[in-house]
Amino acid sequence: MTISGWGRFPKIKASIFSPHNESKCRDYLKEVEECIAQGLGRSYGDSALNSNVLCSRRLNLILDFNDKEGIISCESGVSLAELIETFLPRGWFLKVTPGTRFVTVGGAIASDVHGKNHHKDGSFSESVISFRLMLPDGEIILCSRSQNQELFYATCGGMGLTGIILSATIQLEKVQSAYIKQTTIRAANLNEIFDLFEEHKTTKYSVAWIDCLARAKDRGRSLLMLGEHDVDEDFSFSSSKKLSIPFDFPSITLNRYTVELFNRLYYNKAKNSVTENKSSLLSFFYPLDAIGNWNKIYGSRGFIQYQFVLPRESSLEGLQKILTKVSTSGMASFLAVLKLFGKENNNLISFPLEGYTLALDMKIQPGIWELLNHLDKIVLDYNGRLYLAKDARMKADTFQRGYPKWEQFRQLRDKLGLSEKINSLQSKRIGL
Amino acid sequence: MKLLVLGANSDIGSAIAGAFAKFEQADLILASRDMESLEKKAKDIEIRHSVKTKIIQFDATNFSTHQDFYNNLSPKPDGVVVAFGYLGDQKNAEQSFDDAKKTLDTNFTGAMSILEIIAQDFETRNKGFIIGLSSVAGERGRQSNYIYGAAKGAFTIYLSGLRNRLHKNDVRVITVLPGFVQTKMTAALDLPEKLVATPEEVADDVYSAFKKKKDIVYSKWFWRWIMLIIKAIPEIIFKKLNL
Repeated sequence: MTISGWGRFPKIKASIFSPHNESKCRDYLKEVEECIAQGLGRSYGDSALNSNVLCSRRLNLILDFNDKEGIISCESGVSLAELIETFLPRGWFLKVTPGTRFVTVGGAIASDVHGKNHHKDGSFSESVISFRLMLPDGEIILCSRSQNQELFYATCGGMGLTGIILSATIQLEKVQSAYIKQTTIRAANLNEIFDLFEEHKTTKYSVAWIDCLARAKDRGRSLLMLGEHDVDEDFSFSSSKKLSIPFDFPSITLNRYTVELFNRLYYNKAKNSVTENKSSLLSFFYPLDAIGNWNKIYGSRGFIQYQFVLPRESSLEGLQKILTKVSTSGMASFLAVLKLFGKENNNLISFPLEGYTLALDMKIQPGIWELLNHLDKIVLDYNGRLYLAKDARMKADTFQRGYPKWEQFRQLRDKLGLSEKINSLQSKRIGL
Repeated sequence: MKLLVLGANSDIGSAIAGAFAKFEQADLILASRDMESLEKKAKDIEIRHSVKTKIIQFDATNFSTHQDFYNNLSPKPDGVVVAFGYLGDQKNAEQSFDDAKKTLDTNFTGAMSILEIIAQDFETRNKGFIIGLSSVAGERGRQSNYIYGAAKGAFTIYLSGLRNRLHKNDVRVITVLPGFVQTKMTAALDLPEKLVATPEEVADDVYSAFKKKKDIVYSKWFWRWIMLIIKAIPEIIFKKLNL
């Protein structure tokens, strides 16, 4: 069948196998020439694509739960949505969650996903106590910070290239409510939003929505959204019926004028410079999950989500340059998200490093590759890097300059026979 | 509610068990051959839905054990789901009588054997419900799987008769007719993507049929219409088709 990542580019023919247990995984690894694991297919580009895909969705048992410590063990195909549905009513939430709950535990580890609290709590791997990993020869290895360390730090953020993650043990966080106290603050430009991020460093959750089309004195116009867990002991929540996009929007739907209009309306929706309200965990963390297949709004050719991070000291200058380039290109980005990351972790090829990250959506259109190549250059000039879970097109050189530990990762793959057996389109493209 | 699930290791069986645990807070008796796998499934359901589960060995084709199996259940269940089945391979079944017999023994004879015992109990207690997982394959014989289809067809007819018999006792019988479902059973088949349901979707359909007091439910819903067309094709044409 034809498959693609969430960005719906590229699309390839592949055969998918969904094993129900570990011995089926082992047989499959023996049988296929090469493959890559995939969970719910929410990485945007080609990092979970290969002509043979091992889908983890039927490995979906919750194996154990310690309700005193909030520690769960589950198979890798269990989704974060299932964990929330099961454990939030009992007062436990994920320590770190990305912007969609429709990812698997295995996928969250492989992409070492981050969330709105990265500046305080780091990325998903901080909540991972251990996991079991199957190597190409079928051997199962238990990895943690004290056991098989090297494989642990390679697998977290390792894009599924170190073997098949079978199951994991994860630390949850105690919460007193299923609600978030949210504050929204308007920022007129980039300097203002940077100051606000610094000022609110101690707030648990922070993220900004940024208008990439605003120019000159308005450049960097944004809304900062802050959140803290409520403590009202209200655990009622409902994952309401989803809306969905039934078909591909004509690709003309989103052009610079409609996006500009949307952005202006959105910005002005926050009438006061500071607004406060109470919002459910689900709507605070996963606003887009309410619309199934929102990726179809970019038309059938798909889109690229371009996410990079720049080190803190060069962030302001670099972002000014990139925003200038994007706003003059007219390749409107519907959703652009800005966030201040905290410290980098020990994983070999995890994305986050201390500084500002920006994520832009751009539909596939003429001129996009030239624009993105140009942006790559600016990102590298400022010692930044791109997020592998979103990437579908970066060159090997861009990757290797952005991730200094890539060679160590590659050597580990060679040593364990992984580079022959476990590959994605992305790993081949970027020389991993 | 106490629900007995026969064939609880099957994907659809465990998904139905999960749905009743979730929506009815049903305590479960999970029965199957492979106890090790059953233990994991039971724990998963207990953690997710905070219900009590019990696991117990059951072999559909070991007919002589069925009476004891049911006698030993205490208390007796309020409802039963028959979810075990064996697809086999049509070509194998054509060449090996043993394989053909296994297909019939599992899908039909085994189901009938245990259900007769349970039906008697439900009949005397004037309560209970029976959910039988049959298949759209039993609606019309096709060269690609008519032995499996014959077994499921017999099971569908059996369930229909049972429903008729138990109606006056207020015992409900629900026939479930799934189309393509993404399960262990079908893992090796190349199925048309758009027509394939997940076991969880089938379980939702089964639960809603239970709530709405339906007798027969296709899953997903469009199979009712697909089968209507397939059944309407005159035999003179049908025999020439490569189905």
